[in-house]
Amino acid sequence: MKLDSKIPEGPIAEKWTNHKNHLKLVAPNNRPKIDVIVVGTGLAGASAAASLGEMGYNVKAFCFQDSPRRAHSIAAQGGINAAKNYQNDGDSTYRLFYDTIKGGDYRAREANVHRLAEVSANIIDQCVAQGVPFAREYGGMLDNRSFGGTQVQRTFYAAGQTGQQLLLGAYSALSRQVGLGRVQMFNRHEMLDLVKVDGKARGIIARNLITGELERHSAHAVIIASGGYGNVYFLSTNAMGSNVTAAWKVHKRGALFSNPCFVQIHPTCIPVHGVNQSKLTLMSESLRNSGRIWVPKKKEDAEAIRAGKLKPTQLKEEDRDYFLERRYPAFGNLVPRDVASRAAKERCDEGFGIEANDTNEGVYLDFSTEIQNKGRQAAYAQGNHNPSAEEVTKLGKKWLEEKYGNLFAMYEKITDENPYETPMKIYPAVHYTMGGVWVDYNLQSSIPGCFVAGEANFSDHGANRLGASALMQGLADGYFVLPYTVSNYLADEIRTGKISTDSPEFAEAEDSVRASINKFLGNNGSKSVDHFHKRLGLIMWNKVGMARNEKGLKEAIAEIAALKDEFYKEVYVPGSADELNPELEKALRVADFMDLGQLMAMDALQRNESCGGHFREEYQDAEGETLRDDDNFAFVSAWEYMGYDISKEMLHKEELKYEFIKIAARNYK
Amino acid sequence: MSAAKNINITLKIWRQKNAKAKGQIETYKLDNVSTASSFLEMLDQLNEQLINEKKEPVAFDHDCREGICGMCSLYINGRAHGPDTGTTTCQLHMRKFNDGDTIYIEPWRSKAFPVVKDLVVDRSAFDRIQQAGGFVSVNTSGRTIDANAIPVPKHDADRAFEAAACIGCGACVATCKNGSAMLFVGAKVSQYALLPQGKVEATQRVLNMVRQMDEEGFGNCTNTGACEVECPKGISLENIARMNREYLKASLK
Amino acid sequence: MALTGLFLCLFLAGHLAGNLQLIFSDASAFNKYALFMTTNPAVKILSYLTYISILFHAVDGFMLTYQNAKARPIGYAKNNPSKNSSFSSRNMAVLGTLILVFIVTHMVNFWAKMHFDEKMPLQTITVEQMGQKMEYYVTTDHGKYYPADPAQLGQMGLEIRNKTEFYNKEVNVKMGEGYKDLHKITVAFFKDPKFGLIATIAYVVAMLVLAFHLLHGFQSAFQSLGLNNPKYTPLIKGFGKAFAIVVPLLFAAIPVYIHFFLK
Repeated sequence: MKLDSKIPEGPIAEKWTNHKNHLKLVAPNNRPKIDVIVVGTGLAGASAAASLGEMGYNVKAFCFQDSPRRAHSIAAQGGINAAKNYQNDGDSTYRLFYDTIKGGDYRAREANVHRLAEVSANIIDQCVAQGVPFAREYGGMLDNRSFGGTQVQRTFYAAGQTGQQLLLGAYSALSRQVGLGRVQMFNRHEMLDLVKVDGKARGIIARNLITGELERHSAHAVIIASGGYGNVYFLSTNAMGSNVTAAWKVHKRGALFSNPCFVQIHPTCIPVHGVNQSKLTLMSESLRNSGRIWVPKKKEDAEAIRAGKLKPTQLKEEDRDYFLERRYPAFGNLVPRDVASRAAKERCDEGFGIEANDTNEGVYLDFSTEIQNKGRQAAYAQGNHNPSAEEVTKLGKKWLEEKYGNLFAMYEKITDENPYETPMKIYPAVHYTMGGVWVDYNLQSSIPGCFVAGEANFSDHGANRLGASALMQGLADGYFVLPYTVSNYLADEIRTGKISTDSPEFAEAEDSVRASINKFLGNNGSKSVDHFHKRLGLIMWNKVGMARNEKGLKEAIAEIAALKDEFYKEVYVPGSADELNPELEKALRVADFMDLGQLMAMDALQRNESCGGHFREEYQDAEGETLRDDDNFAFVSAWEYMGYDISKEMLHKEELKYEFIKIAARNYK
Repeated sequence: MSAAKNINITLKIWRQKNAKAKGQIETYKLDNVSTASSFLEMLDQLNEQLINEKKEPVAFDHDCREGICGMCSLYINGRAHGPDTGTTTCQLHMRKFNDGDTIYIEPWRSKAFPVVKDLVVDRSAFDRIQQAGGFVSVNTSGRTIDANAIPVPKHDADRAFEAAACIGCGACVATCKNGSAMLFVGAKVSQYALLPQGKVEATQRVLNMVRQMDEEGFGNCTNTGACEVECPKGISLENIARMNREYLKASLK
Repeated sequence: MALTGLFLCLFLAGHLAGNLQLIFSDASAFNKYALFMTTNPAVKILSYLTYISILFHAVDGFMLTYQNAKARPIGYAKNNPSKNSSFSSRNMAVLGTLILVFIVTHMVNFWAKMHFDEKMPLQTITVEQMGQKMEYYVTTDHGKYYPADPAQLGQMGLEIRNKTEFYNKEVNVKMGEGYKDLHKITVAFFKDPKFGLIATIAYVVAMLVLAFHLLHGFQSAFQSLGLNNPKYTPLIKGFGKAFAIVVPLLFAAIPVYIHFFLK
């Protein structure tokens, strides 16, 4: 298979404009004759559905939640990047482009990333026009903060709930179209297969999660915006329902799956508390603007802390190891996520972890310095030039509360500890997946008519995503890219007419879905779906997690294949097919995670280098930094499904050409 | 951190096969629940136990489990989202309960939120209210004016954000003795009424949203203030007053 | 609801001011007030407004309660509303119904007598004349007194028509007008040896109910009208609380004073 990325010719800054000017259009009178399916209603899906609905297409949007507003984009906390340069600190489209390529460790496509940077400013304009209440300064202008991996302030935010506000903005645009009758919304529906007719994506099979009915929906194009696959690890910051199923079904129908091993482990999450834990909670990266990360310098102090004999606040300044500031003085606590996560893991592996759980995995995120600094500034601003220590502390805490109040409250609810008084305990956790369905420049997968947007595709973040860039990509894809590229595809469909759902292809797809459902329900196993999901998660975390090696990966591949067989034999799914059956939903999703997990390990094994979120222990320098191999691995891996046995998947490569950015070592020192 | 311990509890849970079936409260015993667990992890544990006994697990809505998606619900011991204030059920932790406690778990009760199964209810009425007017009618071209072209006073932006922080969970309706959705609708109306971008179509918006709200069968607001107390995001009653104001203004136009 | 409620609060304040004359003033002043209230055209308009308000407030209240009950067809097995709302706010309908019952009884006791009772007494004063106590009707025309003894009145060629008017029988001319003695009726009602204590207690209880109704109602009306503002709402709430306590307390003081303290 030849991978054609369809990157337009010309200088990088003109590619998108030129490309848009030459894309085919569908006249307004023809649009109502054309159906488009959108699966997923997060930032990418909701914005795409709203935009296509506005244009006049018949849109059918699907989400498995009870409302499109629940999509997990809502949980993004910190912010959204945009090259507005409102702060006049040297930001530009080029700088955002460059930072994103570098942050992705030179494993992303230049043209896609530049387009992302170009449209980023429009996103902010659009969202403000929609009534998204971003944080503002006293002069009424938009406020910015800085995020990891950058040296400018380009992140727009709404307290610690930016994702919520942006998603509700997209949801409002979507709701408007639903109200106008241009988008038909299918809540509590899960896509369980893609239907291809004559090689083109022509519809989906969706299960109505309330009645259990399998429904056939046809369309001239299908957009998959179903999010990432972090839940393959069982424990992650993803929502419980987040799954790979829609993307994986597309993969099984012929779409290539790219860079599955590129997983982002977020450095600042609340550590694991016990065996019944169902998910991990993120503490926004924005906290690294104000918090300093440390562990004790001496192992005996770490041991005393874990045993509860020593409090972190009792440890003297000189006994603390601010390991990020020590190792990366230029970026300090604001190094990219993968770097920060690995540094924390390194300290904990060495025995300096401070959390009293099974693995002692945890480091401190300390706000005491910031409390003093901001408190003094606040006192000064109030005209108090000689504040007492108490006044400073009080004002500093107030400042923190204004900036991060909801995050601190959330932390206290979960851990029962007050982060204003004692440092937060944090540890890396699976957060985002850079890999996904392979798409070309038009966001079309290798199946004609099947487009993939947002976290579900692989396109923009390379081997590591910078903070506040996921929201940017989701909205860029949905609002500003897909409306053009999907129309270009649909321009050839104006004479197709309504697509029948009575074709043998639809029947075959529906039958195969029904067969897999019946297989689970008829299985006389004894163990719950979660039992298997947790076991899969453990294999993934230990062997395909933050640090990987050849031996572990080979073991993981074998173990997952065995687990998959056991899963199909031993799983017990209660209830029936014709009702709301959460266990059945989980079983269908975990089945796909089993496949994907194995592929991730295979992908990690073939990539004999360390880059971004993919860290192979064999490929590091003397200081433990990643060693990239640009000569042999400057490519996007793209896997082709070959049947039940995942080990048979075939690897294709899309070579990455860097014409506009000089490829260099990624240095944050 | 107060050290986690294990407790044994009795659960009284509403079980209902489907929307048409008659439901009833069933009693379950659950042992060795860690107080560090969240309430939903406790229910996971119960379901694991039920599955192992080959019984049907309890259906309940949940997704993000970090208090933001608004999918979780549950009326716990007579209160929406349980005994903690400013907290969704998914962020409620078992350390709020004691060994030997009996815990009642019921679905949201409202004519507009029919039970789908067990503890799962249908909240699409909220979507329909939003579709009636909860938006700014601006196309998604990206070709609007510059985001900083209209300065918005920080105070207004902050109030709008506080209103927009609503997660649409429906606790306000569940807890209101009248089953009123005024806090939800008031928050949405307020968000837009406070921002210059939303003011343009404020009149139509409030009339349409209130009409839809009434059609859905929600009750009327009698200002008991229960919604504000139980709202996991602390949405203020001021938003209801603002909606009343907007509605009066719109009705007189 | 809010508008009629607030109007009725105004009515309460006015009604209280008048009634307090039962404690702080004498019978003739009170009866004069009573006459004014039943005859002045402006007051008439206000009183019709009040009747309409009460009616509307009650009907609207019943309708609201009915609609709200419909909004939750199945209740909770376990509910703990005291954690999030006040007793009054949750029981406005019950409190309101009790108040309505009270208003009806109250009107039967006094208003109806004042307006329709054929046997409504006229105010008299007792004058000691030559060691003999004589009773005379008080009239609106100062200085004119007519004997209260029907025989004497007849000897003077006078008779009472239309409950309060003194007529010269022969020439058919109205000679003067007496005061309906509402004061006497009121005192007798609360001092009645059989039912006086019960009536007093009932009235005090009714005022307690009113207090709870106002405790929620006053500030709630402002919220319903869209008046909620971080600066003024605490003031409104504070004033509402004071109003809800002081007004019913003073109302309740009247029967208590009459029953226990008035000689």
